[in-house]
Amino acid sequence: MATENNFAYNSKIEGDLVVTKLDTAINWIRKHSVWPMPMGLACCAIELMAAGGSRFDISRFGMEVMRFSPRQADCMIVSGTVTYKMAEVVRRIYDQMAEPKWVVAMGACASSGGMYRSYAVLQGVDRIVPVDVYISGCPPRPEALLDGMIKIQDKIQREPSVKNLLDRDMHKAPEKKTTTAPAHA
Amino acid sequence: MESALVEELIKKFEGSTQRESLDIPAANVPADLLLSVAEWLRNEQGFDLLMDVTAIDWSEDVSPRFTGIYHFASSTKHNYIRIAADCEDDVEPELPTLAKLYPAANWHERETYDLLGIRYKGHPDLRRILMWDDYPYFPLRKEFPLAGIETEFPAADVAEAAGGAKVIPAPMMGGPFHAPQTGAMSKREPRAADQSWNEEKPKPNND
Repeated sequence: MATENNFAYNSKIEGDLVVTKLDTAINWIRKHSVWPMPMGLACCAIELMAAGGSRFDISRFGMEVMRFSPRQADCMIVSGTVTYKMAEVVRRIYDQMAEPKWVVAMGACASSGGMYRSYAVLQGVDRIVPVDVYISGCPPRPEALLDGMIKIQDKIQREPSVKNLLDRDMHKAPEKKTTTAPAHA
Repeated sequence: MESALVEELIKKFEGSTQRESLDIPAANVPADLLLSVAEWLRNEQGFDLLMDVTAIDWSEDVSPRFTGIYHFASSTKHNYIRIAADCEDDVEPELPTLAKLYPAANWHERETYDLLGIRYKGHPDLRRILMWDDYPYFPLRKEFPLAGIETEFPAADVAEAAGGAKVIPAPMMGGPFHAPQTGAMSKREPRAADQSWNEEKPKPNND
């Protein structure tokens, strides 16, 4: 029986045992269940929505579950122009996301301020949060977003997850330096 | 532009003058009569819509420096009128609010206050609407550079968490940036109007 199963893991031959590195196993699980936090701030968010739709189908990569609650998400996709007024909110939401977490700067505005060289616009979201992947374009096509998200998957696969789990602090943000949501009067 | 309405307005409100206009009838009125002019337009002339509130900064060396602009429309007569009122004070410009006559004026006046710094006397909630509350400048004034001025970040704790982020002047790099109006669509990415200079290589002085 020459099926392609013969070339992969075969429980009849190898028993109920898989040999791998813990890092690899954890990263393999993580990279196929990225839960994006859609930080949709301008027209890039429309392309982000297109990527979520059936035509471009981001669920092929296991990241279709977009959560608008930062507590339930682990990859913030900053898609759009970040004004200084909104920058405060972006950082607070980032701080509310649980570790491990990643940030994608989608499009020219999120990456560098884009064409908005103005008094009101933050010149690149990397001034306030650590960015893992930048995607060029104004706005980028959904394929470009998918390409960026696959880059994130590659990056997740390379992470020293066990070491990070033991350190429990990937981004080295001391507790007193995180932000708290302002009290609403 | 000739208009019977503007002539009637000038006769009725002392100090008002005809205002040059290419499109709709327009009049200059003294700032202290603005409220009664608006009341008259609304109650007796049928101008039930306030379409726009804005202002002009004529630059620092001109007096009066600020002019408030109001566009009224009538949904019954289908006509428009533009009213302009000069602010008396050039340093702390002030105008009466129309928010009590036209609810639409509320946010418009907040925006004009936010960007040009005109205070509207009697406004129910004169806060900034676009920039954050602690922002120290009025960005549409003539002396304000497009790139902005270095200031503190809106929230101090966010600035600290982000490693001392500040509001910095945007690198203009030959900007402002806009898409060219001609040429192939594929070559119309937004670009600087004049790319011969940037922050490192200053603009050549051709005077």
